[in-house]
Amino acid sequence: MMLVTAIVKPFTLGDIKAALEHLGVFGMTVSEVQGHGRQKGHTEVYRGVEYAVDFVPKVRVDIVVDEAQVNKTIDALIEAARTGKIGDGKIWVTPVETVVRVRTGERGLDAL
Amino acid sequence: MRWGDHTGAPWRRPARTRIVAVAHPCPGDDNPEMDSGNTAFVLGCAALVMLMTPGLAFFYAGMVRARSALNMMMMSMVTLGVVGLIWVLFGFSLSFSDSHAGLIGGFGFAGLRAPEVVVGKGIPLAAFAMFELMFAIITAALLSGAVADRARFWSWTVFIALWTVGVYVPLAHWIFAFDGFSGAHGGWLANRLGVLDFAGGTAVEVNSGMSALALALILGRRQGWPREPMRPHNLPATLLGAGLLWFGWYGFNAGSALAAGAVAANAFLATTVAPAAAVLAWLIVEHRLDGRPTSLGAASAVVAGLVGITPACGYVDTFGAIVIGLSCGVICQLAIRLKYRLGYDDSLDVVALHGVGGAVGLLLTGLFAATAVNSAGADGLFYGGGGGQIGKQAIAVLVAAGYAFVVTFGLASLVRVTMGFRVAPEVEAEGIDEAEHAESAYEFSPLTTTGRATVLPSLPMTHEESAT
Repeated sequence: MMLVTAIVKPFTLGDIKAALEHLGVFGMTVSEVQGHGRQKGHTEVYRGVEYAVDFVPKVRVDIVVDEAQVNKTIDALIEAARTGKIGDGKIWVTPVETVVRVRTGERGLDAL
Repeated sequence: MRWGDHTGAPWRRPARTRIVAVAHPCPGDDNPEMDSGNTAFVLGCAALVMLMTPGLAFFYAGMVRARSALNMMMMSMVTLGVVGLIWVLFGFSLSFSDSHAGLIGGFGFAGLRAPEVVVGKGIPLAAFAMFELMFAIITAALLSGAVADRARFWSWTVFIALWTVGVYVPLAHWIFAFDGFSGAHGGWLANRLGVLDFAGGTAVEVNSGMSALALALILGRRQGWPREPMRPHNLPATLLGAGLLWFGWYGFNAGSALAAGAVAANAFLATTVAPAAAVLAWLIVEHRLDGRPTSLGAASAVVAGLVGITPACGYVDTFGAIVIGLSCGVICQLAIRLKYRLGYDDSLDVVALHGVGGAVGLLLTGLFAATAVNSAGADGLFYGGGGGQIGKQAIAVLVAAGYAFVVTFGLASLVRVTMGFRVAPEVEAEGIDEAEHAESAYEFSPLTTTGRATVLPSLPMTHEESAT
């Protein structure tokens, strides 16, 4: 199993959710995060004082999928989150040792 | 001149004394001197001015960081409490009873024990006292903007009591007390020197601005200022506050006519066009300087325009009001940048908005005042009156600024030496709301309310609780 983590622009979340459901991925964890990549932040001006806002709001989506589904999942995420402008985000994949469903105690792929 | 709706100059030639001696207090409503229209007007205006203080609390709270929003509002709230009592007990009396040498009143109205006495154009003393009370409260509350995030609450409370007696009361006497109005003799600035200050450019605006400067110097800069970002945490609250201030300012300015008539209507008109002009001027200049017209700029501009028109509103015509609004929109905005040059942390720009705006309004009144608008006023330089009036206006600015700065500096030093004025550095770093009030303004996450609720021993338990 693999954990696919995507950091994306917040407004793309609706499309991402639809694309993942279309793929048959029903579980996901979403969190509001802040950060920056090459985009850096932006500046805001209050009464003539410029503030550099280094971290911009992003949404982080965590999905655990079967290894066979990783590439399709990544493709779907890119499709949904890409605007072509700077700041579209990142996706990374990490191996997951096991997954347990708390209610039943099922482990591994059965727990997904 | 605050009540001259008709012809003549009543403070020089009072037609008759307005004080009705009441040996045996009788119901004021039977008093033939009383004018129900003017009384209703003044009471309504007093309530409008009252709303300015909670409005100011919102205006200020939105501009500070989230962790000190409650303390910011509490400084206004406790001012309503402290000044409300001081004013009724003896503050009003010292400002508005018979003058000693034009410098200070006496204790004739202490405790407001004869509230049905009729003053001015037929209004009960109590209505006049309540109207003036709201001015005392908002002026004191304005100072809190200079000490955001770092003043100990009880020290602030004691300071504001001292300040009201030592600074506001004398200035209000000098500028608002006229011969034969509530006392036989009034103060020296407006009454004898002939300064034109309709609703308080000196006693309220220049006073609060310069007092705020002294206070900011005594308390020192916030930790990390100006390098650390201290951006406003809730600009919608600030805009709400600006709206409430504008609304309340109609009572402040039009009400200062102390009679429902043409001068009050002119003041209302001026109170509309001046901030309107200030908003446009501010936003255009801001766009040129900083790249965007901002909502904080708009909120600030409203206040700048209102401050500027305060001394002028009963004396200038529409044209004068527009020029004053435009001037304040530009000058106050540039003045805000001054604190970074000079290095004082006037956190929410009380000096630039109220001190500078008030001075601009007072001086321009010397140019744009017209007896065609208010026969009890004077003609300014541009209306054929010569340069004399602007000289008097300049004296008023200097007197109010000098007195406010020096005495506030002394009183704030006294509080600092005796009680300590500033919170501990770690309190400032962690947020003053938590340390001073044991509260937080916003519930951001359910995690912050986990833990246990303990009923404090001072609260009696209910029967149900004690049974279990």
